[in-house]
Amino acid sequence: MDKMILNLGPQHPSTHGVLRLQVVLEGEHVVSCEPDIGYLHRGMEKLAEAKSYIQYLPMVDRVDYLSGFFYSYAFCNAVECLNHIEVPQYANYVRVMMMELNRIASHLLWLGTYLLDLGAISPMFYTFRERETILDYFEKITGQRMMYNYFVFGGVRHNILYLDNVIKIVNNILFKINEYENIITDNPIFLSRTKGIGIISKKKALDWAITGPNLRACGILSDYRMNMHIYDDIEFDIVMSNEGDCYSRYIVRIYEMRESAFIIKQCVDWLKSNKKIPEPSQIFLNNFQKGEIYSYVEAPRGLSFCYLNSVGESTPYRLKWRTGSYYSTQLLKELLKGCSLADIMAIYGSLDVVLPEVDR
Amino acid sequence: MNFLLCKFLEFIKTINFSEHIALVLFSILPFALILGFLILTVIGLVLFERKILGYFTQRKGPNRVGFWGILQTTADAVKLLCKENIEISSGDNFLFTLSPIIAFAAIIILWCIIPYNAEFNMINSSVGILIYLIVSSFPMLFHFLAGYSSNNKYSIIGSYRALALTASYSVPIIFTILSIICITNTMNLNNIILFQTKKWIIFSNILGFVIFYISSIAKLNRCPFDLSEAESELVCGYHTEYSGMRFAMFFLGEYAELFVMCILISILFLGGYLPPFNVYLANIFMGNCSLCRYLIYFEQTFWLIFKTLLIIFSIIWIRATLPRFTQKTTLDFFWKYLTPLTIINLIIITFMRI
Repeated sequence: MDKMILNLGPQHPSTHGVLRLQVVLEGEHVVSCEPDIGYLHRGMEKLAEAKSYIQYLPMVDRVDYLSGFFYSYAFCNAVECLNHIEVPQYANYVRVMMMELNRIASHLLWLGTYLLDLGAISPMFYTFRERETILDYFEKITGQRMMYNYFVFGGVRHNILYLDNVIKIVNNILFKINEYENIITDNPIFLSRTKGIGIISKKKALDWAITGPNLRACGILSDYRMNMHIYDDIEFDIVMSNEGDCYSRYIVRIYEMRESAFIIKQCVDWLKSNKKIPEPSQIFLNNFQKGEIYSYVEAPRGLSFCYLNSVGESTPYRLKWRTGSYYSTQLLKELLKGCSLADIMAIYGSLDVVLPEVDR
Repeated sequence: MNFLLCKFLEFIKTINFSEHIALVLFSILPFALILGFLILTVIGLVLFERKILGYFTQRKGPNRVGFWGILQTTADAVKLLCKENIEISSGDNFLFTLSPIIAFAAIIILWCIIPYNAEFNMINSSVGILIYLIVSSFPMLFHFLAGYSSNNKYSIIGSYRALALTASYSVPIIFTILSIICITNTMNLNNIILFQTKKWIIFSNILGFVIFYISSIAKLNRCPFDLSEAESELVCGYHTEYSGMRFAMFFLGEYAELFVMCILISILFLGGYLPPFNVYLANIFMGNCSLCRYLIYFEQTFWLIFKTLLIIFSIIWIRATLPRFTQKTTLDFFWKYLTPLTIINLIIITFMRI
């Protein structure tokens, strides 16, 4: 049979942005696949060198528009560690709460769009409905729905937190997740599309530096929240699955949302019981330390590093992001080889790639 | 049709019109009627689906144009008809234009075969169901040609998927229809309906109903078997390159086919235009007056469309719920499970007849 070269993307309904997949097809069968990235490169790293720390802070959320808080945290944490800024415990809890809410919002969006990739139209509207409640809360607190600019050096911008709303939102979402599971998890068509499809072996996952839920779905216990000091006093389980296929990635994300809700409830309890609310942070950097630092955060799409190199000027000398999606995208080349055309979307969608995060 | 013809000729005599022209007119008028009915139904049907999908997914659906969004699809249709006629620079322009026209025309013929009530049946052939089978294979063939002629890779993939699917769903459909012919001893659609006066065929052939229902979803190219236009993989499948009027032809044709296929299901299994329990509402409320005779025809049409809409609703429900099959699982499903099941069903039905 003749081979056909098909360009999926950059403008394709289900590449979630501008990924281009150069696929060689033999009928329905994928012979090889070459992912092509870089269509959304905004120069986030180079921009950091031209802007002062304060100026760069609002841009950090734009590294990944679905989980802005995580990158904001990584950057703030790097600057704080370098300049020895103390963060009050209260602010740490607020940060954890916000980040976990953001993780739920991000996973909800993934769930909706993934099912849309598989051809089911309704779940997208259901998950967006719940995501909306979280975004509304974020808007209430930070004034923005996506680009929050809420974490600042030494804490958070302000401490007005409508905690009762959070409990209401989280309980509602916990209830709705069960509904999603009713409609999706045991659906035979969904199982036939995801079980045994796109299997990542343990070795391959480690070789390609996959992190986050994708790695945990391969049966490797790796969650950097274990090592982060802000999670020290918080109890949570790490969700793992052993198969490494699309279905286990789905299961891991579903249970992670529940785990996040559990974490949020702990944070709200702590914040409510804490009577002494500190003043919001008003730190102006004027005495810049020299040195380099790696700060990390467990983002919804995997481990994210922020490497910051300062020579004592008002701008970073060098700033480097390590994002989870970038590594997942590179894996596509091996993962898609030998699958069928319809499986491309099932596999690619299950990795939860967000293109702005890949290109930065 | 004879009753209608008599009434029509009586009417012509009263206004002193030429009888010869009237006879010619009588063979044209029903087609015009059907065409108008088709366009209106399709426009209504698109709105119906969008509204229902809207309520399934916590939205209101179209609600801006006209009262309750009732003119939304009309506005869309007018927009499509007014659009520029884009010709493709490479590929077969003749086939590209021809395919939507023939695909749509074939569906109009399907609409003419259907008996809408005891009188109004334009093509009342003794092999009506065979004509239906043959003509209904035309749209899929021209979907293939549309994809082939537009010289687009997505279209080509959509086209060959459509062909593979056609081969797999045709066998269950034909074998189920065979089992119905076995039960009723006739291929005339009107007679098949009249056979069900005492008992609908669904009660004696429930397995056949399920098989036919699933296969017709595949035939209609709808979720979960909408492989040939899977928008998450193939953008739009075979009509990726189409726009304007020609796209509208495909789009309207798709919904017209949905309607006529569901009519066929209700004729074959649910008693067509016969009312449930065989009692006409007109008779209940008005007794046996002379007006009733006319009212009953309308009521028969009402029951036919009511049953059809119920089936369409269930198909939309399925679309709102299920993800899409892949090519491989679809072919597996049809060839490995549904086709053997159909043959077993046919054998059982045949033995029951003996």
